[in-house]
Amino acid sequence: MNAIIENHLTTNVGAIHQNATQNVPPLLELKRLSKIFTTDAGQVHALSSVDLVLQRGETLGLVGESGCGKSTLARLIMALYPPSAGEILFDGKNIAQSDKAERLARHARLQMVFQDPFSSLNPRQSIGRTLEEPLIVHRRGDKVARKARVSWLLERVGLHLESAWRYPHEFSGGQRQRIGIARALALRPDLIVCDEAVSALDVSIRAQILNLLLDLRAAYGVAYLFISHDLAVVRHMSDRIAVMYLGKVVEQAPSENIWRAPLHPYTQALMSAIPSPHRKSILGNKKRIILQGDLPSPLNPPSGCRFQTRCPYAEARCRAEEPLLQAADKGHTVACHFAIG
Amino acid sequence: MSELLSVHKLATCFHSRRGIIRAVDEVSFSIAAGETLALVGESGSGKSVTAASILRLISAPGRIEGGEILFQGQDLLKLGTAAIRQIRGNRIAMIFQEPLSAFNPVQSIGTQIVEAIRLHRKVSRKQAFEQAVTLLERMGIPSPAQRVHEFPHRLSGGMRQRAMIAMALSCEPDLLIADEPTTALDVTTQAQILELLKELQAANGMGMLLITHDLGMVAETAHRAAVMYAGRVVEEGSIDRLFTAARHPYTAGLLASVNIEALAPGTKLPEIPGSAPSLLNPVQGCAFAERCNARHALCDKQTPPLATDTEPESFPGSRHRVACFLPARPDAIPLPVESEAA
Repeated sequence: MNAIIENHLTTNVGAIHQNATQNVPPLLELKRLSKIFTTDAGQVHALSSVDLVLQRGETLGLVGESGCGKSTLARLIMALYPPSAGEILFDGKNIAQSDKAERLARHARLQMVFQDPFSSLNPRQSIGRTLEEPLIVHRRGDKVARKARVSWLLERVGLHLESAWRYPHEFSGGQRQRIGIARALALRPDLIVCDEAVSALDVSIRAQILNLLLDLRAAYGVAYLFISHDLAVVRHMSDRIAVMYLGKVVEQAPSENIWRAPLHPYTQALMSAIPSPHRKSILGNKKRIILQGDLPSPLNPPSGCRFQTRCPYAEARCRAEEPLLQAADKGHTVACHFAIG
Repeated sequence: MSELLSVHKLATCFHSRRGIIRAVDEVSFSIAAGETLALVGESGSGKSVTAASILRLISAPGRIEGGEILFQGQDLLKLGTAAIRQIRGNRIAMIFQEPLSAFNPVQSIGTQIVEAIRLHRKVSRKQAFEQAVTLLERMGIPSPAQRVHEFPHRLSGGMRQRAMIAMALSCEPDLLIADEPTTALDVTTQAQILELLKELQAANGMGMLLITHDLGMVAETAHRAAVMYAGRVVEEGSIDRLFTAARHPYTAGLLASVNIEALAPGTKLPEIPGSAPSLLNPVQGCAFAERCNARHALCDKQTPPLATDTEPESFPGSRHRVACFLPARPDAIPLPVESEAA
């Protein structure tokens, strides 16, 4: 069985290159995606007209602070609720229009790892059962093959085989996160959405989990949508990074571009806010920017540029006119009136 | 600088049904006026229990079982309940990780700050209220005269933390204990709060005990740091020396695993294998031995004492202590560090 898995997944590694020539649709494409939540206090614009593309085997990092719409985006992709406007294309097919069979097939290829390893595992189910369940739902293999797959998964994420008989409370946070990753891996997905997958972990454990994710990508060519508020971690994991602020993507570029030469003032502020023992090596001689004020309410987003209330360079034009994402460099887009030119 | 706080061989245990948990064991450190000492460690290492012990906030099944805590020469562990209440919130104040649960949700922040002031100072309600407004203003809260009437849930996370700092500073404490003050905040807000704490310290010269798991934050805010592992201090020293010449394998490992910026993207991160041991059944010898790559026979037999480290000579005058039989060579971590707090 393992040979089949290897086979299936290694084909993906070369796929990125094939796509460019054969015009295969990207693995995931978001088109003008919006989500509005209606609450007693009014309409919350959680996500406004977001465009993103994720290729096969690629890791796209999504950075932003709380309330920027990262998790809403993840949940829309997982079809946990429908978008208010726009489309989500998985493998070129709009997920809103899929029938039951297509939906089931998509769910097998699209998995998620959650932030909190304590609440995302069923406390009354043994680990073996938790890992086997997706295989049962998707009718993969017979009982013997499923057990073999569970053992393989446990071994792959670095847990003992006898873990299968144990329950979530018997594991530490890092071990539980390994279980969450094993569960996401069970159906050999093409894309794993990692929503703050290492934020709840201690630093020494964080490195272990990031290494595991890197290993799995190298071995099986799985694509990640890697969501985090930690720019340094996102940069380490991702091929490309999209920076979000208040429901919008404000900058998108290959991760080294974002890291070496961020163009949007918000990205620059985010970079300089990272507390680090090695600040000079990140910032060079640039001055540290400390943003004033708080994130505005998404109930009533500011006019013009959404960042204008906290931007150190804001001018009259920023209050009147909303900047659009424009190309600054190859594959580097930024939504700021003054970032280009 | 004279010692403001000096903790000596503190031991705090919790008596659970499954056995005795030695949460804090033989912890010693000191803080001078105007100095920030960071207590660093991962979850369960005993940082918060140490802070709670200083304020005598340990309740059953926990018990402080040994050591002394000298605050301005006075042993806090020998004080009666009334005397410690005179110090708590007055000369030693504390700010917590989650300000929403530290405030009373059904009272306005103004009322709560007034209560804190009037508990320790003989001033009228009106005067205390005016002080509260001034404090909020100093903390950088916009329109403080209106904000003072707000309830905690109406404020954003950053504002709430500012209000909490205002309350902590209302009696001008000599020592501020900050327990993960920015963990619940976003990075940009975190930078604001750290900047504020540094300004306040520069202005009033209070000592600060900063409890955190974030080594980046330590480098930027503290003067000295004590690294805790499994209830013990394993290394202590000035920031410059600790970050450039860490000698305990755990400190070195921690620094390597947060040093993600210096690596080529997508490469393997240095990791510390395994996870922290249970404090319920402490192992004999060094608690870190199981995860250590320099382990030898003695590590399994004896607990290494926290001893003053003589080498390297390149940091004259800085006292450095390490609890390891085989400390790493000081040149193992060649990365530069620049401490902003210095």
